[in-house]
Amino acid sequence: MAELMYREALNLALFEEMRRDPLVFTMGEGIAERGGSYKVTEGLFKEFGPGRVLDTPISEASFCGCGVGAALVGTRPVVEILFVDFTGLIMDQIINQAAKYEFMSGGQGKVPMVLRTQGGAGNGLAGQHSQSLEALFYHIPGLKVVMPSTPYDAKGLLKASIRDDDPTIFIEHKLLYMTHGEVPEDDYIVPLGQAEIKRFGDDITLVTYSYMTLKCLEAAEALANEGISVEVVDLRTLTPLDKETILESVEKTGRAIVVHEAVKRGGVGGDIASMIMEEAYDDLDGPVKRICGKNTTIPYNLDLEKACLPSVEDIIVGILEMV
Amino acid sequence: MAKKSSARKGTKVQSASPPVDEAIMLQIYRNVYATRQFELKSAELYRVGLIRGYMHPYLGEEAIAAGACAAIGEDDYIVSTHRGHGHCISKGAELKLMMAEIMGKATGYCGGLGGSMHISSKKDNNLGANGIVGGGIPIAAGAGMGIKIKGTAQVVVSFFSDGASNNGVFAESLNLAAVFNLPVIFMLENNHYAVATRIECSAGNCNLAEIGPAFGTPGICVDGNDAVAVYLETKKAAKRARNGEGPTLIEAKTYRHGGHHVSDPGLYMPPNELEAWKARDPIIVLRNHINNDKKIKALEKRVDQEIDVAIEFGKDSPNPSVENFVAGLTDR
Repeated sequence: MAELMYREALNLALFEEMRRDPLVFTMGEGIAERGGSYKVTEGLFKEFGPGRVLDTPISEASFCGCGVGAALVGTRPVVEILFVDFTGLIMDQIINQAAKYEFMSGGQGKVPMVLRTQGGAGNGLAGQHSQSLEALFYHIPGLKVVMPSTPYDAKGLLKASIRDDDPTIFIEHKLLYMTHGEVPEDDYIVPLGQAEIKRFGDDITLVTYSYMTLKCLEAAEALANEGISVEVVDLRTLTPLDKETILESVEKTGRAIVVHEAVKRGGVGGDIASMIMEEAYDDLDGPVKRICGKNTTIPYNLDLEKACLPSVEDIIVGILEMV
Repeated sequence: MAKKSSARKGTKVQSASPPVDEAIMLQIYRNVYATRQFELKSAELYRVGLIRGYMHPYLGEEAIAAGACAAIGEDDYIVSTHRGHGHCISKGAELKLMMAEIMGKATGYCGGLGGSMHISSKKDNNLGANGIVGGGIPIAAGAGMGIKIKGTAQVVVSFFSDGASNNGVFAESLNLAAVFNLPVIFMLENNHYAVATRIECSAGNCNLAEIGPAFGTPGICVDGNDAVAVYLETKKAAKRARNGEGPTLIEAKTYRHGGHHVSDPGLYMPPNELEAWKARDPIIVLRNHINNDKKIKALEKRVDQEIDVAIEFGKDSPNPSVENFVAGLTDR
């Protein structure tokens, strides 16, 4: 098994799927010869050429809509939007077109499109290049939302998303691109809708996803030395949401914290916390807590930026308040 | 207030039209007439509550869809608009399945889930109407992109309005289609009104066909009330697209025979202007081309019967089951 970076795992997934299926193609800004801002599409242009690796004009609304149209006529487009922040430009095509087509057509057509994008803070990129906007997509019926935390999951989930018949919003995290992990070279997929328990524990459940999974694992490791056993549930996909794994874990531990980088207000965490309280109230020893990003625009200054995001210390403090 | 400048007078319509085979003209007439009757009957059904929601009649504009769809093949795609019944009919839809859909019935094209504004017909490669003005234009460009990936010889006709031509995605998509040489025909139905706002009040250059050359694409202006003229220009554009010569913008000038939707009396439309356009009604123009009353009468009779059957089918069809609908919902 090879040790790959997250971005290399994504790159491998694209190579494998484009080799497997000639109807898979990709488009975005600077993704062809340049290989994308985070090198996820590196080398694709050389192998597959300009017919299947398209550098688009800076016309996000329209090339995203092109993804919808191309999907409707039987191809499998992978559309890259450089930053999740720029999805503000494409919301009609996502909310009103991609998400609704299958439903409104009475199932006559499907939109097997993947929208790859990247989000998260931590690089000092300020307010318009650092957001975590998954809740916007999570809110819309008809979309799948995928947010991998490891190179293994990144490859398996991207392959699964490309093969899936629904429009999928695939959100990578900019701080994960250079992280390493074991990635098999064989043709495996990670099914959408299956969370993974990244660390088993008995005392408390952390429900998390994407980059925050790493922070939760660090916190769990630190507390293990103090005899506190923390379970870390990495959702991997937000929709479909693997309620079963969350609820089974909470049943075992009796305590839960939802941890995410996105701002707390209106975040996915509030929905998951409510779901746990509605469906597993009797299993709980106390209210479900949320540890999330502060309700603010991400500042440019690195110290201020850091202060807006959940830290390992915040998670440890949160756990200690509950166990 | 509209400015007075030469750019605001609009493009001069090219004069039509060389002779076209009678059989083709009769096929076009069938769709013009079927759309006219479908819209008139639908409006009646709307007023008695059998059709709900928003319904935007294609009355007065029938020649564009009928002419354009006759110029492309069954295998070619169209992308429609909120004013989409004419596109749907002209691309080959069954009237009874359309009528059932706009009545919200289980037997309709979309099982009653879409209605007038979202009607689509997969078997005809009609990718569907759209409730968002301009929303279908990028989808059409994308269908063109998909065609190139698949390597087929299909083309796409993207219907949209003068209103949509002011939406950013029109410029973006026309440019994208030009850059990637996509087999797309941009059919701009200039009915002079975006809901109630006249084109002179909403476009800096009312010569909308000129937008094509601005993006390196041919821009043609055609009499949208002359189905034969639309047919001939679409035929040329489809040939270009199939030859790998890329997209064409066609501005088809026309006029609504009423307000924006079935409940809008259109009081803002100058009566003398409406009368002038009605004197050039697409039905009259096409009848003059065909000049065969006997065949036209026979054809109209068949369509009238088909529409009666469609209405009965719609009325008799069941509503979708609420129980099954709710039971079928998933978390995604």
